[in-house]
Amino acid sequence: MYEHDILIIGAGLAGLRAAVEGVRNGMNVGVISKVHPVRSHSNAAQGGINAPLTDRGDDWEDHAYDTIKGSDFLADQDAVEIMSREAGESVIELERMGVIFSRGDDGKLGTRRFGGQKIARTFFVGAITGSAILHVLFEQSIKYGLNVYEEWFVTKLLIEEGKCCGVIALDIKTGELYVIRAKSVIIAAGGAGRVFEPSTNAIICTGDGLALAWQAGAAVMDMEMIQYHPTTLAGTGILMSEAARGEGAYLLNSDGDRFMEKYAPEYMELASRDVVSRSEQTEINEGRGIDGNVLLDLRHLGRKYIESRLGYLQEVGVEFMGIDLAEQPIPIRPGMHYIMGGIKTDVNGATSVDGLYAAGECANVSVHGANRLGANSLLDTVVFGRRAADHATNYVKNIKHVNLDASYLENEKKRLQSIIDRKNGERPAIVRNEMANSMTLGIGVFRNQKTMEKAINDISGIRDRVKNISIDRKGAVFNTDLIFALELEFMTDVAWSIVHSAISRKESRGAHFRTDITTRDDKNWLKHILVSKDNESKNGVKVETLPVNITKWEPVERQY
Amino acid sequence: MEVKLNIKRFDPELPSDNEWWQEYSIQINSNTTILDALIKIRDEIDGTLALRCACRASICGSCGMRVNGRARLVCKTRVESILKNNEPLNIEPLGNHSIIRDLVVSLDSFFSKIDQVTPYIVPDSEPETGEFIASNESMENLLTSMNCIMCGVCVSDCTVLEVDNKFIGPAALAKAWRFVEDPRDGKKEERLRYLNDQDGGIWDCTRCMQCVEVCPKGVAPMDRIMEMRESAIESGNKSTSGYKHTESFYNSVKKHGRLDETRLAVDSAGITNIPRLLDLAPIGMKALLKGKLPPLIPHKAEDKEKIKDIYKKVEEKKQ
Repeated sequence: MYEHDILIIGAGLAGLRAAVEGVRNGMNVGVISKVHPVRSHSNAAQGGINAPLTDRGDDWEDHAYDTIKGSDFLADQDAVEIMSREAGESVIELERMGVIFSRGDDGKLGTRRFGGQKIARTFFVGAITGSAILHVLFEQSIKYGLNVYEEWFVTKLLIEEGKCCGVIALDIKTGELYVIRAKSVIIAAGGAGRVFEPSTNAIICTGDGLALAWQAGAAVMDMEMIQYHPTTLAGTGILMSEAARGEGAYLLNSDGDRFMEKYAPEYMELASRDVVSRSEQTEINEGRGIDGNVLLDLRHLGRKYIESRLGYLQEVGVEFMGIDLAEQPIPIRPGMHYIMGGIKTDVNGATSVDGLYAAGECANVSVHGANRLGANSLLDTVVFGRRAADHATNYVKNIKHVNLDASYLENEKKRLQSIIDRKNGERPAIVRNEMANSMTLGIGVFRNQKTMEKAINDISGIRDRVKNISIDRKGAVFNTDLIFALELEFMTDVAWSIVHSAISRKESRGAHFRTDITTRDDKNWLKHILVSKDNESKNGVKVETLPVNITKWEPVERQY
Repeated sequence: MEVKLNIKRFDPELPSDNEWWQEYSIQINSNTTILDALIKIRDEIDGTLALRCACRASICGSCGMRVNGRARLVCKTRVESILKNNEPLNIEPLGNHSIIRDLVVSLDSFFSKIDQVTPYIVPDSEPETGEFIASNESMENLLTSMNCIMCGVCVSDCTVLEVDNKFIGPAALAKAWRFVEDPRDGKKEERLRYLNDQDGGIWDCTRCMQCVEVCPKGVAPMDRIMEMRESAIESGNKSTSGYKHTESFYNSVKKHGRLDETRLAVDSAGITNIPRLLDLAPIGMKALLKGKLPPLIPHKAEDKEKIKDIYKKVEEKKQ
């Protein structure tokens, strides 16, 4: 029997940071991940991690305000205050764990500028910041002898008497299904990029954690807030870091103009991501794009600078597009990148289900509101990953393991077997692609009542079809076909929550820009949208709203 | 255009004939990567095909495989870039790893070797407040190794691991280098001593360059291993036959302008190491009978003064 005080689902930055904290707190911690920790998608974060370090003249309130303004005033200000206050300490701690941050001449950590902020407060490692931090947290997991279930896939959360008390999980290598008992569970399973197509996200970003929470009855919040990153590669949708613009790159249209001048005269290319993506899409829609793209131009930075500060971007340009960034601008376009929405938690990571916590991209604290600033996501993972583990540590002190009925495991085995046994259905990938294309059309950079209604209709059809998909692989060992089928079920739940959340918000705010209602409406919509599973209602969804927590910054119109 | 991929399959659950090659034909364009092609096969033709992949952007390290006999990260290899006369591409799992199914290998041995090098910083003391102070150059220097994504490509094609699985291997040694070089680490000497003395340590690399060739991230593990050899020697680790071999080689060329092979064998073993020298005797006898024994008194190079000049220049440069 596997048992833990704290079981963490996901081994990216939030999961590993939570795990390290749990072990330091003397807890019996388990980490379960469908991929080896160093394969986690935190790897893909390129540009850096924000922190207002007071010892070099920065101010946490300034960072908090930039974050809140970036969020189009939808972020909860108490949560943002915590993140900004704890940021410096968190980054210093990462450095002491061994992260090799870039330095200034004085040997202290150096910074670069990022979008939506006037001050350079983004700490970085070339253009591989996420990877460099992930590998160091993995090093720490070895140091602390962390118990990791590598390549195990969680199929279900176990809830007894309203409390989360463990999971059922599949050991992918053997195909065996197990119950893991846990006094508390922290979901740190990352985003849901694969619900859209194209996306910068890895193939593994299928919203498993969001769906597990949803199925367990936890509420998800502001799911319509989908971030389209301004610079993703034409074709593949691979990410080109904001660090490029942070270091001075230009955005050009087909006339060779720096078009951001029109949309954000002060911040130019470094306005918030929603603003830059909308500007690009407007240029493209009005005929000043190039085959559906605009250009990212780094040439004036010079080869030496590009290679030392943005080496990974040069690698991507050359390997994937055959473009040398020192010689030629590279075609890019807005692409789905991040979900600001997520499992609703308080500032300690607690969800609406006892014993269930969430942190990182799958959670919504909410510090990103309607639009996340670049380099705030890494910060979110380490600050709130740690807090979730600390709170869970206190929670489990008065909790005993629950005796779980054997029928849980038997029923889950039957459910999985029925998927394996199903014949002559559609392939999971075909249905996934259709779903993802519908989502991009319906919940895109620009959206309106009509596109969103169509998306609801499409996803409703997809949800019926998913019940009949069938897979080729029948064997137990490394049955990725079965994993795809399970992931697809998860993704359709996430998609369902997104479309219902989106159609509920009758205003434009941050990333949720409606062409039929183009203005922000603080009077009626300065509030969060909560969506949860409801077996009583016709569409299976309950929609509620919650006021935004405003501490000291009154909403004003955003200008960049 | 249409291309053929010939994929090595393995299914441990089949009672017999559980290994086979299977050919698939698919349509590609000029930007299609091998990973795109494999995903297309898995998604549209044969869902039983097992492979690992995640980021598609050469940062997660999941998709190391052998293509036409050479290990690569398939996400950053465009099909067209290695296609010859439209012959099928042969895709196999990584070498030097045990296979779980199809293109999926076990990484247990890979990560156990990472564990072996104490892969985390162990500072002597921490600053009272704030970060460690270190020069940017010293940090940027570490980037070479931090670029490692643990994809296993170097391990796959390492010629030492092929015959000696005790070798710590290129990836784990590159990881070890990252801590040896980190100015914040307090255990440099202990680390070097371990890597020097350990069976399978830094002296077991044969300098074949394979890992440098195949590494998709420019880590150049062999160069890192050579740097650690130098550091180990500078720290006074001179007991290994590896060091003695190097020293003998160096002295012999300096003195004679060319290699004294007899002396090299004796020096490497250690002149007082009688058992090891006795081991060499039969090899010497065999060489003698075949007329291959090196001369006992070495030949001398003609322009050996010029070689001495080279030595002088190198030694000056080092100081």
